Amino acid sequence: MKIAYFQSVSSSRGYWLISAIAGVITLAGLIGADHMESAGHWVTGMSNQVVWGVPHVFAIFLIVAASGALNTASIASVFGRDDYKPLARLSALLAIALLLGGLAVLVLDLGRPDRLIVAMTHYNFKSIFAWNIFLYIGFMFIVGIYLWMMFEPRMNRFSARVGTVAFIWRLVLTTGTGSIFGFLVAREAFDSAVMAPLFIVMSLSFGTALTLLIGMLIFWINGAAIDPALLRKLRRLLGFFVLGVAYLVAVDHLTRLYVTGHHQLERFILLDGGIYTFLFWGVQILLGTVVPAVLLLLPRFYQHGYLITAALLVVVGALAQMYVLIIGGQVFPLELFPGYSVTSTFYDGVIAHYTPSLAELALGMGGMGLAVLITLIGVRILPFVPVQMAGENQD
Amino acid sequence: MIWSGLFERWSKRRSCAIRAGVITVGLLGGMALTGAYAQVSQPLFPSARGEQCVEPVDVMRRDHFEFLKHQRDKTVHEGIRTPRHSLAGCIDCHADKDAQGRFVPVNAKGQFCQSCHVYAAVKIDCFSCHAARPSERVSQSP
Amino acid sequence: MVMDMKDSSPASARRTFFTQASAGVALLALAPGVRLVDLALARVQDEPASATQRWGLLVDVDRCVSGCDACVSACNTEHGLDGNERPQTDAQWIRKVDLVDNNTEHQLSLPVMCQHCEEPPCVDVCPTGASFRRADGIVLVDKHTCIGCRYCMMACPYQARSFIHEDLSGQKTHAPRGKGTVESCTLCVHRVDRDESPACVEACTDAGHEALVFGDINDRNDPLATQLAETTTRELRADLKLNTAVRYRGL
Repeated sequence: MKIAYFQSVSSSRGYWLISAIAGVITLAGLIGADHMESAGHWVTGMSNQVVWGVPHVFAIFLIVAASGALNTASIASVFGRDDYKPLARLSALLAIALLLGGLAVLVLDLGRPDRLIVAMTHYNFKSIFAWNIFLYIGFMFIVGIYLWMMFEPRMNRFSARVGTVAFIWRLVLTTGTGSIFGFLVAREAFDSAVMAPLFIVMSLSFGTALTLLIGMLIFWINGAAIDPALLRKLRRLLGFFVLGVAYLVAVDHLTRLYVTGHHQLERFILLDGGIYTFLFWGVQILLGTVVPAVLLLLPRFYQHGYLITAALLVVVGALAQMYVLIIGGQVFPLELFPGYSVTSTFYDGVIAHYTPSLAELALGMGGMGLAVLITLIGVRILPFVPVQMAGENQD
Repeated sequence: MIWSGLFERWSKRRSCAIRAGVITVGLLGGMALTGAYAQVSQPLFPSARGEQCVEPVDVMRRDHFEFLKHQRDKTVHEGIRTPRHSLAGCIDCHADKDAQGRFVPVNAKGQFCQSCHVYAAVKIDCFSCHAARPSERVSQSP
Repeated sequence: MVMDMKDSSPASARRTFFTQASAGVALLALAPGVRLVDLALARVQDEPASATQRWGLLVDVDRCVSGCDACVSACNTEHGLDGNERPQTDAQWIRKVDLVDNNTEHQLSLPVMCQHCEEPPCVDVCPTGASFRRADGIVLVDKHTCIGCRYCMMACPYQARSFIHEDLSGQKTHAPRGKGTVESCTLCVHRVDRDESPACVEACTDAGHEALVFGDINDRNDPLATQLAETTTRELRADLKLNTAVRYRGL
């Protein structure tokens, strides 16, 4: 059984450069949020018809990825695969960082972010949103304790148990996130039981992609390389997760296609929805599913360059998927009068318009920047990163 | 292992911390002696209409936010609209008129709410939503 | 105008209530045949709203005139919904919807507003409980607790809610509203609590169409309840089984 040794990342030009970039992106996000809050949301592309926009696309992506980022640690602790242990600490740190980044975007986009204390003290327990607040905060605590179990040698024997709690909590949390959409009876695009399992597989896919990307970035800054054998296992995992997401997306759309009442919505997304159709087929399916699956699973592409490309494409496809789901699902009009053509001053009966504003893009990207910044700070002050072990290039 | 390293760095910084502490105490003491605190003026605002407030002045000063908070929950959630502790009731008496006889917003500079709240450095949020002038039926009475 | 504080003490409020109640009972004695139980007396304003009343609205689609927006204008004036000529983000509590039947080309016009459901999805999803249903059936937003997450706007099947996208000033005293919170038709709760009917209903009556009827669904003698019992009406999105307080006739 190999024993993994860990170190903190040392100061270097690469480290400060990446930190500076992440810092600037985070700052841009804060400026965007300040503009949105002081002027009011009319400066964004969001409206009374499209109430959640690009910030939510990024926020939900980060929150879902956060849950999945813990997966590498779970495989080590819960499923007893010691070969994943070197990345376990980093995986837990990433989970916390990504979650914080996503929550920051959500909170800063609120109409009244100054009322965060109200949100944390007044709960309507029938609301899945309220449950999610508990789940997110609890997740951070549990992963914090999990990290403590992993860091403190005397507590190592408990890490499996705490890891199991974190694993189960993660499943409940992601089910909750998916149910934010799945519980909406009003919206044709969301009202579905498949949302919860879809989000769980999405979390595995997005989380593993980000773990690979940010992990490789940190190793590169530190002048080291991840164990190639571990890398190969992770890339195959990511490939299967990508296919898993595609399966559930297919089930979701095929089920809706079978129902005559939903044909208009499916036609919109799959055929004549303009940007939404392009994002679905061109980005989510082609660039975000087919190409990465090929690059990740076929042995002839087992090189670093292809892995980084594939992981990046998965992230791009993920953002497109969130865009089509969240925004595409809102621009499609609610059907109050079946069999009638509808017009009104409140955009009934027509596809709503949505153009993201710069402030929203900045805020969304700022969340990603914040997650990377937190990770970089973490790996510098505490030993999260494994030391390169000699003689471990066996498969 | 980690904790001992951190502790060493902390002890080296302790002398810095002591120096910083002495300077801060010196500054605060100096400010107190020179009376820097005494230069904020007492709140001054136009007097209200009517003979007396719904509660004694010292009770209002201490508890007006409690009255408003409970009243708002009763009004919004239960529809109880007694005027005694209503915000609109406060404004009806405490809003001042300008030279042209129009009502001045009660949260404007030098007016009723704002002068005490600036003095106490407590930001209020009421008037981002609530009307700061009395309603029309009040404006039309002498 | 000076508020006479002495009349607001709890003791005098009780006195007023008993006086009114006795007058009501005395009237009952003078009018034989009138039901003794649950005559919808005016709710005294320092008593809480109760579930014995359920306020509702009936929209008669056949009387609603295409091109007329008296109800919308009245609502906008009543609540100070000035708008900023940004129709995508300006608040609309009630809107006129024009329909054309896809098969028969028959045309209709009708107003749509918050349907004041008995099982409101907006109340279910609100994380802080700001979106709530008052005991007498009116669905409201407590803007003190609203954090502006807009989840209720996603959840509403009628797209009835609006978000305030900019700083406001000059609000009406009876309609506080501010940036960053969500709002919708309140069934003119401030007027209902004074025994008046909503502004849209009065405007429609004044315009001569009388397409909107307001009243207490729970009171069998109320004109609204009588019409609901005697004519065919339906809810919008009846498949969702939300038991709305707003009903439509002729749809």
